[in-house]
Amino acid sequence: MATRETYQLQINGEQHSVRATPDTPLLWVLRDMVGLTGTKFGCGIAQCGACTVHVDNEVRRSCVTPVGSIGSKPITTIEGVSQTEVGRFVQDQWLKTDVVQCGYCQSGQILAALALVKSKADITDADIDTHLSGNVCRCGTYPRIRAAIHSISQGLKGKTA
Amino acid sequence: MKQAHISRRGFLKVASAAGLVIGFDFPARAAQTQSAAFTPNAFLKIDDKGVVTLQLPKSEMGQGTYTAIVMMVAEELEVSPKDIVVEIPDASGKKFAPVSQSTGGSDAVRTTWEPMRTAGAVARSMLIDAAAQDWKVDASTLHAEDGKVIHDASGKSAAYGSLVGAAAKLKAPEKVNLKDPSKFKIIGKPTLRLDAAGKVNGSTVYGIDVRFDGLKIASLAQSPVIGGKVKDLNEAAALKIEGVVKVVNLGDAVAVVADDMWTAKQGLAALNVTWDEGENAKLSQADIVNQLLAAGEKEGAVAGETGKVADVMGKPGAKIISATYQQPFLAHAPMEPSNCTAHVTADRCEIWVGTQDPGETRARAAAGSGLPPASVTVHNYLVGGGFGRRLEGDMAERAAQISKAAGMPVKVVWSREEDIQHDLYRPYYYDKISAAVDESGKPVAWSHRIVGSSIMARLYPKGFKGVDEDAVDGAVSTPYDIPNTRVEYVRQDSPVITSWWRGVGPLRSIFVVESFIDELAAAAKIDPVAYRLSLIKDARAKAVLQKAAEMSDWGNPVQGLHRGIALLNAWDTYLAEVVELELKNGTPIVKRVVAVVDCGQVVNPSGVEAQLMGGVIFGLTAGLFSEITINNGRVQQSNFHDYRMIRMDNCPKIETYIMPSNEKPGGMGEPPCAGLMPALANAMFAATGRRIRKLPVLSSVTT
Ligand code: FES
Ligand code: FES
Repeated sequence: MATRETYQLQINGEQHSVRATPDTPLLWVLRDMVGLTGTKFGCGIAQCGACTVHVDNEVRRSCVTPVGSIGSKPITTIEGVSQTEVGRFVQDQWLKTDVVQCGYCQSGQILAALALVKSKADITDADIDTHLSGNVCRCGTYPRIRAAIHSISQGLKGKTA
Repeated sequence: MKQAHISRRGFLKVASAAGLVIGFDFPARAAQTQSAAFTPNAFLKIDDKGVVTLQLPKSEMGQGTYTAIVMMVAEELEVSPKDIVVEIPDASGKKFAPVSQSTGGSDAVRTTWEPMRTAGAVARSMLIDAAAQDWKVDASTLHAEDGKVIHDASGKSAAYGSLVGAAAKLKAPEKVNLKDPSKFKIIGKPTLRLDAAGKVNGSTVYGIDVRFDGLKIASLAQSPVIGGKVKDLNEAAALKIEGVVKVVNLGDAVAVVADDMWTAKQGLAALNVTWDEGENAKLSQADIVNQLLAAGEKEGAVAGETGKVADVMGKPGAKIISATYQQPFLAHAPMEPSNCTAHVTADRCEIWVGTQDPGETRARAAAGSGLPPASVTVHNYLVGGGFGRRLEGDMAERAAQISKAAGMPVKVVWSREEDIQHDLYRPYYYDKISAAVDESGKPVAWSHRIVGSSIMARLYPKGFKGVDEDAVDGAVSTPYDIPNTRVEYVRQDSPVITSWWRGVGPLRSIFVVESFIDELAAAAKIDPVAYRLSLIKDARAKAVLQKAAEMSDWGNPVQGLHRGIALLNAWDTYLAEVVELELKNGTPIVKRVVAVVDCGQVVNPSGVEAQLMGGVIFGLTAGLFSEITINNGRVQQSNFHDYRMIRMDNCPKIETYIMPSNEKPGGMGEPPCAGLMPALANAMFAATGRRIRKLPVLSSVTT
């Protein structure tokens, strides 16, 4: 049986110390140990994207990411998105596009979108299909998510030009 | 958090003192105000700083009720919607009557339209009266605007906050005038959701996010076979795991209580539970369906009858067209899995949960804790998707049982597998329908028999007289003018417990009626839109149908694209949808959906558009993919890999249109989902010439 170890995690720019078995998914470390409940549980098997976070700036499903695999890599959760200008811009466009319904999937949607808009300019519908199809929205906010991502892509171009 | 009967407000304070975030966003200025306040009714409070606090009498589960209700109040109270602080009340009995806290049936706007505007208008009128007394002028010389009362002639004004002391002493008026729609400043204007900020930064607290000192987390396993019992388990193995606190055996379910969810799950696995499978051990889908088919041979209870169906159909040489349809069990699968937090002590039960029905939750928590309902407090939250699942209180009953047995506050979080396999499902339905048609192919008699388990009889056994009034809704009254009709209902239950699912009875009725009308049109060799129009008298029904046809370019077929249409009038709403698809190797790819609605007076057009798109996608998921099946007494599906969802890459383009109207508001939560499935099936017929008489479509086309 796995025994608990101490991990120093870098979450949203802060260090958090937790005691967990190495196989504990980051999702439950965040939610139940650190107390960051913005990261959501949806399926537990990497099928819905509700638990999406960034580890080292890359999209990860935290429900299948063992805490023992992270080391000192920085973790960004929905609570840390507003720490960067592009993060705040994504959140603003989300609000302006009136995207959310129940909102439960939206932490994951926003983190998936943030990674996409940071990765390239001139985002196409195909890009959105590729990068957002891992994130289920039972309320059906896909059309507005798509619209929001296009407006973010356009807006960011204006900013860097 | 040790006291069990501390008020929510007190609880919030205790909680924040401990540095925890519980409850919804709570602006600091509201928390500070303790002094004079004016509470004109159960919904509103205005304090001496002018802060308006609204007790939201309906649950917000994504459908936008939060925003719509605030808009209605703000319109009459003459304040900005943004300036209203919203509180989600505990289960409150009849405090909000005539508004019920139960939120379902697409009635949140319909049933609050008068009461919530009245609540705002009463407050406004009393504030005006308070100013009139103070200024010794006639109230008719004053008006309210932007949180102030203004004397028209002098321009003198008083902020609401300065008037609350005097207003609180006045008697509420017996009658108030509500605004004429032509004067609306807020209602009918697209308004961004008021609950969105916390949903884009992670600060919104759903039921599943509740945390407080001493709270433990439980993972739950209910009998995999319907009605089974725990045979054996290895408690010691679970208790050996660091962080496991308790093992609870409820007889038909077990739970492991631990410091965190992962540990609780490890504990549950270590229990290695074996089950006594009981009498349903061999129950199969075929058994259930065969029973429904057999029941369909019996005459049912008459739900509605006009004219003389038997005579017309029995005429020698009558031309009869018949069909049968089957619609599967469906799970709800909201993104927030079932969960509930309970703290049961000797004399109190406190519940924290996002629910559509705080009253039902209280009743079931009482049952689970063995305490009277009056000893149960239910704190409600923003809901991470409901779709009818959270009208049920089973998660509260379980949580109360577990907390009671464990002797500590426990948050019971269902795994997704548990959520899908222990849902209360949309009934499996079998419909038999036939029509006698005249020489032109129009129906002159219509006979429809509905067979399925009865949700109404399960929930309200005393009121059940043979017809499930919900199940036949949308079948007894259709948009079509047919002289002789008879609708029957046959109740046929199975061990699978069934419940409300977005669209409930009309969802099933509309699939059958709109599929069959399409069959009649095809048999008559008449265009489906023209055929429907020839049978409709209602101008609003005609208008949505024509608009949908126009927007979809119905009259101009495109090579390789196939269209189907459906119309409905239910929940006081008219809606027409067109599905446009192409076939790839026989499999449908839905490219575009047009949805046109007339839901009467619209409160928030942005919210209605969101419901149109969301309902289309929800209906498309169900129509294409969804079915819960039973084998060996077990639900076979378990998670999103085998209970598929529409995702970004297969979500079609959705075009919407909202008819301008000042008719009374209609429901919006369910109609778009209900209209989608028949439009999809009719598009499949256009594509293949084969009728879809059994949902979901993908099972039908591959078998
Ligand atoms: S909870 Fe991690 S992908 Fe669903
Ligand atoms: S907004 Fe409800 S699941 Fe996406």
